[in-house]
Amino acid sequence: MRKRLLSTMAAVTLTGLAMTGLTGTASAAEPIKIGAIISATGPASFLGDPEKKVLELYADRINKAGGVDGRPVQLTVYDDGGAADKAASFTKRLIESDKVDVIVGGTTTAATMAAVPLVERAEVPFISLAGAVVIVEPVKKWVFKTPHTDRMAAEKVMEDMKKRGLTKLALISEDSGFGKSGREQTLAVAKERGVELVADETYGAKDTDVTAQLTKVKNNAAAQAVLVFGLGQGPAVVTKNYRQLGISLPLYQSHGVASKEYIRLAGGAAEGVRLPAAGLVVAAQLPESDPQKTVVTDFTKTYEQAFTSEVSTFAGHAYDGLMIALDAVKRAGGTDKAKLRDAIEQTKGYVGTGGTVTMSPKDHMGLTLDAFHMVEVKQGDWALVK
Amino acid sequence: MFAELLQYMLSGLTIGAIYALAGLGFSIIYNASHVINFAQGEFIMIGGMASATLTASGVPLPLAILIGCGGAMLVGVLVAKFAVERARNASTVTLIIITIGASIFLRGVAELIWGKDFKRLDAFSGETPIQILGASMQPQSLWVVGCAAVLIVAIGLFFAKTLTGKAMLATSHNRLAAQLVGIDVKRVVLASFALSAALGAVGGAVVAPITFSYTEMGIMLGLKGFTAAVLGGLGNGPGAVVGGVIVGVAEALGAGYISSAYKDAIAFVIILAVLLFMPNGLFGKRGTERV
Repeated sequence: MRKRLLSTMAAVTLTGLAMTGLTGTASAAEPIKIGAIISATGPASFLGDPEKKVLELYADRINKAGGVDGRPVQLTVYDDGGAADKAASFTKRLIESDKVDVIVGGTTTAATMAAVPLVERAEVPFISLAGAVVIVEPVKKWVFKTPHTDRMAAEKVMEDMKKRGLTKLALISEDSGFGKSGREQTLAVAKERGVELVADETYGAKDTDVTAQLTKVKNNAAAQAVLVFGLGQGPAVVTKNYRQLGISLPLYQSHGVASKEYIRLAGGAAEGVRLPAAGLVVAAQLPESDPQKTVVTDFTKTYEQAFTSEVSTFAGHAYDGLMIALDAVKRAGGTDKAKLRDAIEQTKGYVGTGGTVTMSPKDHMGLTLDAFHMVEVKQGDWALVK
Repeated sequence: MFAELLQYMLSGLTIGAIYALAGLGFSIIYNASHVINFAQGEFIMIGGMASATLTASGVPLPLAILIGCGGAMLVGVLVAKFAVERARNASTVTLIIITIGASIFLRGVAELIWGKDFKRLDAFSGETPIQILGASMQPQSLWVVGCAAVLIVAIGLFFAKTLTGKAMLATSHNRLAAQLVGIDVKRVVLASFALSAALGAVGGAVVAPITFSYTEMGIMLGLKGFTAAVLGGLGNGPGAVVGGVIVGVAEALGAGYISSAYKDAIAFVIILAVLLFMPNGLFGKRGTERV
C-alpha cells in the first residue's frame, strides 16, 4: 500500500516535471481522444500486455498532472487477441463510433497492415508499435511507427561482424511473420554490405529441437558467424542446442529476444551471445552523456515500480507512441487531424526509449542505426559492447 | 557423414521417446474405453508445468514430479468421470469431441494458474554435452529415453502380472464379457485415464528441461503421440512405442536431409499414409465390425 502510494506520488511529480509550462485547468476542456488496438491476449501477448499497461499508466499519470494543454487524455483500448481481422474491425470502431483523434497501436505487423487502409481512407493519424519495414516503406501519409525495423537489426549485426573481420554468415530464421520478414531483410542487407550468406536454415516457432539444422551449420566449413532471427522460446532452444553441439562460431540474435526472458530460458547457454537492442534494456549501463540516459532510467523506474516486473522494449514502444502523439498535439495546438499529422511528421529530436526520433516526409519512423546498441550476454545480464 | 546421421538419430530418439509415452497413453485409454483422448497432450503439459513451477519455488525435484503426476492423475479421473462417463452412450465421434473440449478447457485453466510465459526447469544432471562418435547429446536426453524405457517396461509388467492390469486387458478385449465375470468396467476406465495421465505427466517433467514448459506445449506433443499410436496400431501398446520412435527419427532425418520447414508435416504425412494404406497400423489387429 505504502509502496503504491509512493509510486503514485513519484508518478505525479515526474509527469509534473515533464509537463512544465503546460498549466491550466483540465476538467472543463474537451478530451484528447486516443484510440489503441493492442494484442493484449493471444500469441503476441508478451508484446501487447506491457504495451497496454504502459498506455493506461501514462494516460492516467498525465491526467493526474493536469492533462495536455489543459485537456485530459481519453484512452480507448481494444484487444485484438492477435487477430488481424479483429484489428481491422476495432480500427473501424475507433474511427467511426469513438471518433478518436489519433490511433496508437497495432502490436503486430499483421494487425497494423490490416488497419492501414482504414486509417488512410478516414485520414486519421496512426502510430504503429510493430516491427516490420513494410509499415513505413513505402511511406503512407497517415502511418507512422516507433519500433526499430528488422532491417536495422540485420544492418547492426553485419556492422558488428565487419568490426570483428567476419564476412560469412549462416542464417537460421523462424518460420513466423517476424522471422520471415527478418530473413528477407537479412538477405537484402547482406547483398548491400558484402556479407556472404553461406547457409539459410529455418525452424518452426514451436520446435523443441533444432540440432538437425544446427548440425548442417556446424558442418558448413565456410560459416564464420551465425544469426538467429526469431521471437519467444525458439531462439532460446536454438541457443541451447548450439552449445550442446559445441559450435564455437560467434552467435548473434535479433532484437526479438531483447528481454530478460531469453536469458532466463537459455540459461548458461546464452553467455557470449550478441544482439542489437534498444538503450532501454541497458539503461543502467548507458554513459551519462547518452541523450537517452534520463528517459530510459526514468521509464524503467516508473514501469518497474508500477508493475513489479522487468521492463521490456515493447513497453517502451508504446510509451514512445503515446508521447510522440501528445507532443504533436501540443505543437499542432489542438487535435485537428491534418495539423496533427503534420506535427507528427515534423517530430524532431524527440528522445524516447527507442532512440532519438527525427521524422520527415520520407521517413515515418525517424530512427537511425545509432538507436541500436550492440549488447552481449555476460553473467546472465546484458553488457554493452564497446 | 556418419556423425551427422548419428546426430539426427540421437535427436530423433529423444523426442521419439516422448511421442512413445504419449502414444502409449492414447492406447491405454483407447483400449479401456474406445475413446481417443485428445487431452493426452494436456497431461504432458500439467507434468511439465507443475514440476517447473514447483521446483522454482523450492520443492525438491522428485517431489515436484510426484505432485505433478498426482495432479495429472486427478485431472485425468475428473475428465473421465465428468466429461467422458456422462456421455457414455454417445457415439465415438462425440466422445472424441468431448475430449478436445476438455483439452481446450484444461489449457485455459492452466493459463489462469501459471500464466502465459515459458517456464524453465534445470536439467536433472547438468548440461555438459556427452560426445559419442562425433555426435553430441544432452545428458537430459538419457533421462528422457531412460524414463520412457522404464515406464514402458513397467506398464508391460503391470498388464501381464497384476490383476488390475489383466482386468483392464480383459475389458479391452470384450467389455460385456469382462462385466459378466465381475470386472468393474467403470473403474477400469477411470484407472486407464489415471494411468495415461501419470505417463504423460512424467513424460512432461523429463522433457521440460529440453523443450521448456508452457501451457500450449501439449498440443504438438499430443498430436505426435496420436500419430505414434495410429502408426503402431491403435490400442497396441508396444506398437505405440515403436511408432513414437519412428515418428521422432523420421522427423529428425527429414529436418536434416530434406528441409526443416517440413518437419511437422512429416508426422502428418505418416498419419495420412497409414490411414490410406494400412488403417490398422504396423501391429494392429484387423478390425472387425459386427453388423
